[in-house]
Amino acid sequence: MKVLVACKRVPDPSAKIKVKQDGSSIEAEGLKFVISALDEVAIEEGLRMKERRGGEVILFSVGNVQAEEQLRMGLAMGADRGILVVYEGFPDSDLVARAIAAIFREEQPDLVLMGKVSPDTEAGQVGQLAAEYLGLPQATFASKIELDADGSKAVVTREVEGGHERVEVQLPAVITCDFRLNTPRYASVPMIMKARAKPITKAPLDGLGVEAIAKVKLRNLLPSPQRKAGVRVESVKDLLRCLKEEAKVI
Amino acid sequence: MSVGKELAGHLHFPWHILVMGKGISAVAEEAARYGASSVLSADHELLEHPVAQVSASVVAQATTAVEATFIVAPVTPWTKDFLPRVAARLGAGMVSDVVGYEIEGNTVVFQRTMYAGAVNAAVMITTAVKIICARPTAFPKAKPEERPSAIVPLSIEIDPASIGTTFLSYEDRPSERPDLTEAAIVVAGGRGTKGREGFQLLEELADLLGGAVGASRAAVDLGWVPADLQIGQTGKIVAPSLYFAVGISGAIQHVAGMKDSKVIVAINKDPEAPIFQVATYGLVADLFAAIPTFVEAVKQTKEA
Repeated sequence: MKVLVACKRVPDPSAKIKVKQDGSSIEAEGLKFVISALDEVAIEEGLRMKERRGGEVILFSVGNVQAEEQLRMGLAMGADRGILVVYEGFPDSDLVARAIAAIFREEQPDLVLMGKVSPDTEAGQVGQLAAEYLGLPQATFASKIELDADGSKAVVTREVEGGHERVEVQLPAVITCDFRLNTPRYASVPMIMKARAKPITKAPLDGLGVEAIAKVKLRNLLPSPQRKAGVRVESVKDLLRCLKEEAKVI
Repeated sequence: MSVGKELAGHLHFPWHILVMGKGISAVAEEAARYGASSVLSADHELLEHPVAQVSASVVAQATTAVEATFIVAPVTPWTKDFLPRVAARLGAGMVSDVVGYEIEGNTVVFQRTMYAGAVNAAVMITTAVKIICARPTAFPKAKPEERPSAIVPLSIEIDPASIGTTFLSYEDRPSERPDLTEAAIVVAGGRGTKGREGFQLLEELADLLGGAVGASRAAVDLGWVPADLQIGQTGKIVAPSLYFAVGISGAIQHVAGMKDSKVIVAINKDPEAPIFQVATYGLVADLFAAIPTFVEAVKQTKEA
């Protein structure tokens, strides 16, 4: 099994996000960065497949050179090697998907795994776009993946409206992961040491034959207005009175 | 529909409604009451349980049929799954989770949120065909009109061999409660509910008020409630008139999914919980005492 897995560099979800004065991007200075939590789920799933079936787990990231840090963290979880598509701008989902398609054509993996959405730009498009560009089947929002004996198909349980759906996809396919799929492992100190020696290939966009054009352009960012705190009520009785008489919502 | 209709009005374009599914004539009739230039009806066997490739193919064919330049859809688990495939198929740019837009000359600038609601982004689509997935809580609902639209059957071609995905089964979870994204009242629980029994208290309150039950990601991950009840950045976005956050600490990832509610009630044991910073009314209390008392009090006022 050769599995290609996304490993996106994103701000720590508990960090306070500030927008730069000129609105061009967020203030990265002093921010802690991590692997997107749902990509960690995808990496874990890839590692479990490798542990059962053998093969290789390849991580990729599209972003600035600092994303090497997160690839290194993913390698410390147990992945074999990393590919960093260096792009210093603000890539739209389409650009990332075209980069993945280019990597796929080169590596010919059996499966592409990634989080269903990343917590920074929150578009949730990349997996589906890449699947369409490659003419591959997809299964989004996976909470369970069962590979068949010869690795030619997978049965995926998907979290959909009102319950769960099971679909069978022919491999290779793109699967996007939800939180319920697994609990990612922590990297141990020996694994972190070992990861230092694992290879990370840097691939510029043009080297992959991917045009640096954006279909969705960012004009500017603004901090969003925050909701203000209201009042504390002393008792259940007070609460009910406020809801009935003041807010008139019950 | 309201976004598509309004956008078309501003740009002086005709607008069409696409209804897709199996056995959809009643829905098409209903859609014909909204004043669209036409209602395209795509009725196909494979659309009973549509997989992404099939849905994407139908939307792409409909787009070509009416030479549409904008595709507008509401954010749902279904559209999130297949709409990006339409974008790749048509070479279109797509904006997810649109919460507003402005027309500046010939350009439409779309607003969307990022970073768990901390940032508003203004974005533009540079391609000829533009795809917009609009957050339903951010826009009014379309209203029916007098003049009915013509219903035009859309003949679609799908090569089953090219799909590579087979629908196997759908495990339904029947519920009498209103839909989470449409309910006027939502009662949501988090880690503080401590499990199923805690959630039963919330269910009783929701049923008493005719509301829906929701949950934080923690409660879903722990398996206390089904995944489609999750509210927040990676779940559903809701904006009811009244939202109860019970035993929910209030991480920004959760708040991102409910901060546009009209009135927010927070009930939490911890007076320092961040949820109180967004609550209209905050009550520091043990939910296992407060919720049954609240339920009794509501029952009494109903009887009175």
